[in-house]
Amino acid sequence: MSNPDFLVHDSTDVVGVVVVEGIKKGQTLSGWVMDKDKTIRIKCIDAIPLGHKVALKGLKDGDTVLKYGHDIGKIVANVAKGGHVHTQNLKTKRW
Amino acid sequence: MAVAKNRKAIRKAPRSVPAGAPKIEQIVTDMPVIVPNPMYLKIRAKAKAKPTFLGYRRENGRVGVRNHVVILPLDDLSNAASEAVAHNIKGTLAIPHPYGRLQFGEDLELHFRTLIGAGSNPNVAAVIVIGIEPGWTQRVVDGIAKTGKPVAGFAIEQNGDHNVIAAASRQAKEFLHWASEAQREVCGAEELWVSTKCGESDTTSGLGSNPTVGNFIDKMDAWGATTCFGETSELTGAEMVCATRAATPAIGKKFLKTFQAYMDEVIEPHKTSDLSDSQPTKGNIQGGLTTIEEKAFGNLEKIGKKTKYIDVLTPAEEPRKGPGLYFMDTSSAAAECVTLQAAAGFVVHLFPTGQGNVVGNPIEPVIKLTANPRTVRTMGEHIDYDCSGIFRREMNLDKAGDGLIDMCIRVCNGRHTAAEALGHRQFVLTKLYRSA
Repeated sequence: MSNPDFLVHDSTDVVGVVVVEGIKKGQTLSGWVMDKDKTIRIKCIDAIPLGHKVALKGLKDGDTVLKYGHDIGKIVANVAKGGHVHTQNLKTKRW
Repeated sequence: MAVAKNRKAIRKAPRSVPAGAPKIEQIVTDMPVIVPNPMYLKIRAKAKAKPTFLGYRRENGRVGVRNHVVILPLDDLSNAASEAVAHNIKGTLAIPHPYGRLQFGEDLELHFRTLIGAGSNPNVAAVIVIGIEPGWTQRVVDGIAKTGKPVAGFAIEQNGDHNVIAAASRQAKEFLHWASEAQREVCGAEELWVSTKCGESDTTSGLGSNPTVGNFIDKMDAWGATTCFGETSELTGAEMVCATRAATPAIGKKFLKTFQAYMDEVIEPHKTSDLSDSQPTKGNIQGGLTTIEEKAFGNLEKIGKKTKYIDVLTPAEEPRKGPGLYFMDTSSAAAECVTLQAAAGFVVHLFPTGQGNVVGNPIEPVIKLTANPRTVRTMGEHIDYDCSGIFRREMNLDKAGDGLIDMCIRVCNGRHTAAEALGHRQFVLTKLYRSA
């Protein structure tokens, strides 16, 4: 695979980052898990802009989100696998 | 009434110009092929060899990569005279700013440290200081004079702008003649001081451009360069991990103390609700970053995988522990941070961006890199180094880091950065609290 649609920094992460433009709802995306150099596939259920996150599994209210293998905040609204993860469903645990 | 009516009739709304108009026909000629300087080819013959660059050695032994004659205002009142001198004497550089009056305590100390540091930076050959009164002007002159470089001060009170502009212009002209005869010489990577700070970050920063800087830092650290990162509030969520990257537990503790002080003294007393619209910024959020923790872990990618920081600096403080990586306590606003790092003596800056921050600095050339292919496409004139190939698997981080070292050396050798070409000279002093 040469051109991944999304990148996953760490194999423990529950979100990936879309790195191409124009991803549409219903598209099957290929992802590159960087630490394991592995390719995964996922069907996205939202249009996801470049740089935005896709859920790699279903996430429930209160779940901790791991990216870079680290805690980057908590889920505040359920999101299904392949959904768009951003300010509407993910919130910081800090401020 | 009639007048008002007529005026209304005359003042039509301005005509809107459609985007992309007018279309300008470009006259195209064959572009000459630029042959790289043979000396440059020789010094970068082996990609893995320790790089050298062509720099200006200053009186105190430090090496600069630019050769500015700076007209430095002590205070806001002296900006006009300083800019007039820079207008009179072509090739000199005024760096206006809005502060310097009735400051006191640590805020005043930081003001002096930043001005003296900017004038002392090895990218500066000589300095004219202009202040409203002679006392504080002298203090800045004396501070810069410790480097051994030529510096002269002028005070406006009892003289007026005209006399000061005339006298300072005569002196600036002499400094310019003298400075412009300085020659570059070959210097080793161990003589290079490089700072870094990211801006308008998005998720591509943490995945691409920041780790590229990290690869640069890991390699340059092994070659004995002096490097610096900062952005205290932007490590929120990753502060414990950052503490483990200190060279010793004591330095890690010093970092955590600095981090906590920023939270207790700056963030907590002044926040109104939460910082979700400021940190991450609106631009960060548009780019896909959701939380400060996510931004912080991406930010930390800039210090590489193995380099440990050897000290924690106060804002604009000069490193004194020799070569290595330093953390500086700074705000996360681009121009404030770069200005403090330039004042500490760093001569070239690496600025990874996601959504496309356009910052520059008058003292330190700012090299911009991005891994975001859309930013490369939509605002390529601001980007010095495109590492978006990482996401297409056209380059790995090792290659991306080598490419950035190459670009950095070219900039040190004299290549103007995008920010220099476009005239971005944000000299932004950090103010700790209101003046008296």
